Amino acid sequence: MEKLTFKTGLKDGVPIALGYLFVSIGFGITAINSGLNPLMAIIISATNVTSAGQVAGVRVLSESVVFLSSALEMFLTQFVINLRYSLMGISLSQKTDSSFDTKNRMICAYSITDEIYAVASTRKSPINVSYFLGLSFLPVIGWTVGTAIGAFVGSSIDPQVSAIFGLAIYGMFLSIFIPPAKKSKGILVSVFLGAIISCLIYYIPSLSFISSGFSVIISSLVGASVAALLLPHKEDEE
Amino acid sequence: MNRVCLMIIMAVTTYLVRMIPFTAFRKKITNPFFKSLIYYLPYAILSAMTFPFIIYSADCIPAAVAGLVIGSFLGLFERSLVEISLATSAVAFIVWFFLK
Repeated sequence: MEKLTFKTGLKDGVPIALGYLFVSIGFGITAINSGLNPLMAIIISATNVTSAGQVAGVRVLSESVVFLSSALEMFLTQFVINLRYSLMGISLSQKTDSSFDTKNRMICAYSITDEIYAVASTRKSPINVSYFLGLSFLPVIGWTVGTAIGAFVGSSIDPQVSAIFGLAIYGMFLSIFIPPAKKSKGILVSVFLGAIISCLIYYIPSLSFISSGFSVIISSLVGASVAALLLPHKEDEE
Repeated sequence: MNRVCLMIIMAVTTYLVRMIPFTAFRKKITNPFFKSLIYYLPYAILSAMTFPFIIYSADCIPAAVAGLVIGSFLGLFERSLVEISLATSAVAFIVWFFLK
């Protein structure tokens, strides 16, 4: 069985950190264009470490007139857009070894992101706290530093160029779900249905009220449930 | 001041949504359906987050499609995570550069 150490985690975190660095430059630019100062943008990135939620949060901040209604809107958007992290947390809790006690879970929960979750949960062996902290270390720094770069010098970088480099994150998604989909019919069905349902919600006008956060939750739950019913996963097949 | 309060609400909500289920939910799941669901879920989440958003994320559809095609192609040949993510953005950048 492979041995997962802090160093293994650091290594697995490098591509995530690079992707975050590029994507968060875009976030830094967006935040400044929405009227926030660089310090606020950096604090938001360091305390949230999430892309979609932060973009929505900055919108709420910049449009805020009446505090109470903005507070409610902030809570609801963050809750809905980040609800997938609850699913990921439950899923991840099935992969953790005994080093994850309550205190360590409360620390590690901070850096459950789509990509960190994807890498950690698709590791063959159970994960330990050292590996998870190593995995989180560089991406959190990359995300925060990229935001700072975007906020301070973003106005001189072509936003189009930073958006194109931001595609690295999608390339990373592809590299995580395509190879296993070749080997497992269940994964193939999950991936296929997840994509189809997400596209239906996106393109059918009467479904456009569904936010991108809810869309991910619905598409993935339906896709993975159908796959789990039709093609139950047998552990010895891994 | 209001903005600082909103930023605190934002950070606390994001953290609690991550922390509560991860900390409270610790039993090993034995039900075969739920075990399969949890095994398949990360792949479904990633694919639902990729499609169709990848196409529009670069503000240049031909460049994004080129990146998607190369990324998928390399994925089928099981290349590494770093290679695929770099190739996806590099190819998109080249296409965008020649189109602009």
